[in-house]
Amino acid sequence: MTIVITGGHIIDPGRFNGVGDLLIEEGKVAAVGPGVKAPAGAKRIAAKGRLVVPGFVDLHVHFREPGFEYKETIQTGSASAVAGGFTTVCCMPNTNPVNDNQAITEFILERARAAGLANVLPIGAITKGSEGKELAEIGDLRRAGCVAISDDGKPVMNSLVMRRAMEYALAFDVPVVDHCEDLHLAEGGCMNEGLVSTELGLPGIPAAAEDVMVARNVSLAELTGARLHLAHISTVGSVRMVREAKSRGIKVTAEACPHHFTLTEEVVRGFNTLAKMNPPLRTWNDVQAIKEGLRDGTIDVIATDHAPHATQEKQQGFTEAPFGIVGLETALPLTLALVDEGVLSLESAIEKLTTAPAKAFGLSKGTLAVGADADVAVLDPHAQWEVDPAKFRSKSRNTPFAGWKVKGAVLATIVGGRVVFEAPGAA
Amino acid sequence: MSLKRKDLLSLAPLSADDIKLILETADSFKEVTGREIKKVPALRGRTVVNLFFEPSTRTRTSFELAAKRLSADVINFSPSSSSVVKGETLLDTARNIEAMQADIIVLRHPSAGAAEALARGVKSSVINAGDGWHEHPTQALLDLYTIRERGLPFEGLRVAIVGDVAHSRVARSNIHALSKLGAEVRVVGPPTMMPWGIDKLGAGVYYNLDEALRGVQVIMMLRLQLERQGRALFPTIREYARLYGLTAERVKLADPGAIVMHPGPINRGVEIAPEVADSLSSVILDQVANGVAVRMGILYLMSGAS
Repeated sequence: MTIVITGGHIIDPGRFNGVGDLLIEEGKVAAVGPGVKAPAGAKRIAAKGRLVVPGFVDLHVHFREPGFEYKETIQTGSASAVAGGFTTVCCMPNTNPVNDNQAITEFILERARAAGLANVLPIGAITKGSEGKELAEIGDLRRAGCVAISDDGKPVMNSLVMRRAMEYALAFDVPVVDHCEDLHLAEGGCMNEGLVSTELGLPGIPAAAEDVMVARNVSLAELTGARLHLAHISTVGSVRMVREAKSRGIKVTAEACPHHFTLTEEVVRGFNTLAKMNPPLRTWNDVQAIKEGLRDGTIDVIATDHAPHATQEKQQGFTEAPFGIVGLETALPLTLALVDEGVLSLESAIEKLTTAPAKAFGLSKGTLAVGADADVAVLDPHAQWEVDPAKFRSKSRNTPFAGWKVKGAVLATIVGGRVVFEAPGAA
Repeated sequence: MSLKRKDLLSLAPLSADDIKLILETADSFKEVTGREIKKVPALRGRTVVNLFFEPSTRTRTSFELAAKRLSADVINFSPSSSSVVKGETLLDTARNIEAMQADIIVLRHPSAGAAEALARGVKSSVINAGDGWHEHPTQALLDLYTIRERGLPFEGLRVAIVGDVAHSRVARSNIHALSKLGAEVRVVGPPTMMPWGIDKLGAGVYYNLDEALRGVQVIMMLRLQLERQGRALFPTIREYARLYGLTAERVKLADPGAIVMHPGPINRGVEIAPEVADSLSSVILDQVANGVAVRMGILYLMSGAS
């Protein structure tokens, strides 16, 4: 199918930023720029006053399949992704069974093909069962289609095992992703350790639990030369250490989540389980540091850590409720809020959702270069709407942003030249 | 007079006047507990459910006695071994109890915030009888009642709270209430047992017990959870007792006439020497007796009865 998107403000970070047309032929970007000639019979999408950008790339989602299909499936997760403008998502291996072997990887890829919406790229486990002891078959995982390795929420505590994983990963040029948390320091914690946890009598997770692991991982990356990607950094200390590591040429990239640059621990008051995530919401100072890190490039990527949980799970007491919130369908407006605030330019905001994550994992995605896969999002950056979890495509509703009045909406999402999402009512 | 609130979950949001109202209401019930027939009809026809997810003979018995002396029907429900194992959520358990027309649910739960979660989900009044490390409002109120009964004015009162403050709901509720009434609160214990920023709640932080006791009128000892040894909070019970145990010599550092309190159950010879627990300055058993009167007052106020 041939599609031409006309008259939009096209932003292909680092390549093109201006009004023009985008021509899509046979699933690829065929032409970009002012006055593109479209063949007769092409589907036309008028985009005057709209933004036309590469489809977003999310390096951090949990699609729960196999094992926790009551929270999310690859089908519903993919639907949520494209509704949020994401065309490529990387799903963490903490399924049941854990994605620590090629059979699970192939299963995920098969389910993704069946869903036929977003590009779903699996992240394999670092260790068997994510138990932190023996390396998973990283070579097999890579060959089967894993784009990175991580033990995510069960970070590898044994530094020797982590060192070996980083070394071994060099053979496949695969990035090693770590959720930085010292599990001993964090033990039993369910929110940021600070004044609010003291008042509420909730066990806290100190910022140091993240910082010491960032320090360790950066040291190991320096030792091994591995490609280290730090998931969802949330503290002043993490930002400072990543900045320093980059200045010394260590191969490290970092991501931040919208909730970590939008909310503070204050939201937990009232024992709000929708404000329970890991890393926890931190303090105002941490939020400022994350914004500064995004601004100066220390933090390369915005990722959602989309973590669906069933309503009854979040209705438990604060200490029993699981960590995590859904994020795919709110990431765009929360990111655009940084543009309004003057933290990021529009182009750099788009970059952190597209080219930067693609580069961090070495994916040939997140660009509108001629010949690239036609993964495109058409946005209305000015549309105002109210977040209503009942309307989410995700199977789960666990968001702290319900009722928020936000700005910036996805009008259409195209994956591989196919329109996979059109906003209701969008012409 | 009434509290104008559905639930009693925490002392943090209460005003000094609210607290005084509760103490004054307890006065009239204290008189009832001294009679030969210790019963009034104030809550006749009302149902109080004690929902205890943690074992607690003392608090549960106190609430039960308080409700019975108000002529309420009382049900004790300890689901720790039944429905929780069957996977029922707290809210479902509570809704079942509510469906039986419970007017007041008294909740004890190991998790902070459980009482708030419950109160959001049911129409019955909820009284927090201790939630995790968060708050234990009725304990603090009976502590205040006992202080007041000894004729000590709250304004300018110096109170030392000694022990594992980080893991103590009793400490949190007392810090809130005493500060609101104008008292100076000192918290004392090893730094490992002091939660981050406790000073910002208005408490002075001390690591040395002798120093902290100088000039106080009230010494409030906290129970040491012996099972916390081995979790790197303190090296041995022996060293803890030496550094933070209340001895007769240490009591002398406080104001003459200072009172010694403890929410119980006490570890004799650990946080409190036996001769101190049994001394004239100890008001530990008065606390227990006052607990019934204060809880009668709270049940009465929460029931909306007049």
